[in-house]
Amino acid sequence: MTDRDETAAKIAKLIEPFNKKGVAVTEGTRFAQDLEWDSLTVMDFVASVEDEFDILISMNRAAEIETVAQLIDAVGQLQGDR
Amino acid sequence: MTDLFSKFDPLIEQRETLLATGLTDPFNLVMERVESPTVAICNGKRTILLGTYNYMGMTFDPDVIAAGKTALDEFGSGTTGSRVLNGTYSGHRAVEQALKDFYAMDHAMVFSTGYQANLGIISTLAGKEDYIVLDIDSHASIYDGCALGNAQIVPFRHNDVEALEKRLKRIPEGAGKLVVLEGVYSMLGDVAPLTEMVRVAKENGAMVLVDEAHSMGFIGANGRGVAEAQGVIGDVDFIIGTFSKSVGTVGGFCVSNHPKFEILRLVCRPYVFTASLPPSVVATAATSIRKLMNSADKRAHLWENSKRLHAGLRQLGFNLGTNEPQSAIIAVLMPDLETGAAMWEALLDEGLYVNLARPPATPAGMTLLRCSLCSEHSSEQVGEILGMFAAAGRATGCIT
Repeated sequence: MTDRDETAAKIAKLIEPFNKKGVAVTEGTRFAQDLEWDSLTVMDFVASVEDEFDILISMNRAAEIETVAQLIDAVGQLQGDR
Repeated sequence: MTDLFSKFDPLIEQRETLLATGLTDPFNLVMERVESPTVAICNGKRTILLGTYNYMGMTFDPDVIAAGKTALDEFGSGTTGSRVLNGTYSGHRAVEQALKDFYAMDHAMVFSTGYQANLGIISTLAGKEDYIVLDIDSHASIYDGCALGNAQIVPFRHNDVEALEKRLKRIPEGAGKLVVLEGVYSMLGDVAPLTEMVRVAKENGAMVLVDEAHSMGFIGANGRGVAEAQGVIGDVDFIIGTFSKSVGTVGGFCVSNHPKFEILRLVCRPYVFTASLPPSVVATAATSIRKLMNSADKRAHLWENSKRLHAGLRQLGFNLGTNEPQSAIIAVLMPDLETGAAMWEALLDEGLYVNLARPPATPAGMTLLRCSLCSEHSSEQVGEILGMFAAAGRATGCIT
């Protein structure tokens, strides 16, 4: 497993408890449109991603992330920044 | 042509559905006459006010009103200018001095509203490379202050000290840090654990701003707020407050001991690019603030009211936002917006006004009936209020 695969698997696990509609999640899945998350759900989810990877995802950065793939890449980059 | 209003269609539809049931519009009430801090005439009916922020009942204080009338006569109806040009009269300096005396701090800067105080201070203090760490349940004016600036914004779970600490430790070395907290959170009326939060912020090299809008005049031995009550006011860098709650008029402010504080008057856009408060408003505010310094008896009576209403509502079977009364705000949890609106109207029919609060203003999608007490509510009125809640609660099926 590459680092990216590992990150992707962890993120998939973190999405589960918030995926109330049971949507089939792929890397193309969009948080707002496909998972129908409101802003509060997004903030709770972002907090769980931050704690899992020990990183900070500012609201400014989070606003640019629309899909699962973009989140995986952002997490990889933020981990590299440390 | 795309109608720019189409984005509001879901909200328009939700409102129409609710009003079609025959309910009075909870967001369109008119007070025809106001008799005192606790009584107004609404729809021709005498109504007890339990949804104002007039915590200390200063709006009809004779000294406050006299000061406003004198200022109107002597200085006119308005300044028509910015604080930094032609909009600073002696009254503006006098109210800033009253604030410095009230808080025992070196600097005070008065804005035209409390909203603008947060907008101005937060957006100006934190620049592009800086980080603002804020409670996720922060007031709209705090979020808007963040949006107006260009700092990195990091929210943490409500009142969670550990979540705050983790985020502070993840901020890159050397970056400026501002932790933004509130003393009392206005939706549920709960207070922040400032003792621990301020300690954690200081240990991690952050400056701390506390919005004490809902605690000024009431909480703390001198009414300076939750930071005073918890013994950490000396470690708070900036306190934001408002004249539109306990002070009983309109306006906002920031007080601080920072030696360079005064430069903000030249660089803070929501302070510079707006007209200053009218002379009558700053005169009423200054008089009110000085009277609030010596209001220990009123503070004690307000605590009594708050404790009695909290215990009484609980006994009737209502679910409340906090287990103990922590402030003058008591939030009654409603199962949904429809029930909340029905209960709100039933209370109004009984002769009681409370605030109906709904998302996005409320946390976790809650619908709340927010009750805020006043030091001028008599013990008899609190008894009357509980009777009205019992009747309205049974009529709407909220309690049995």
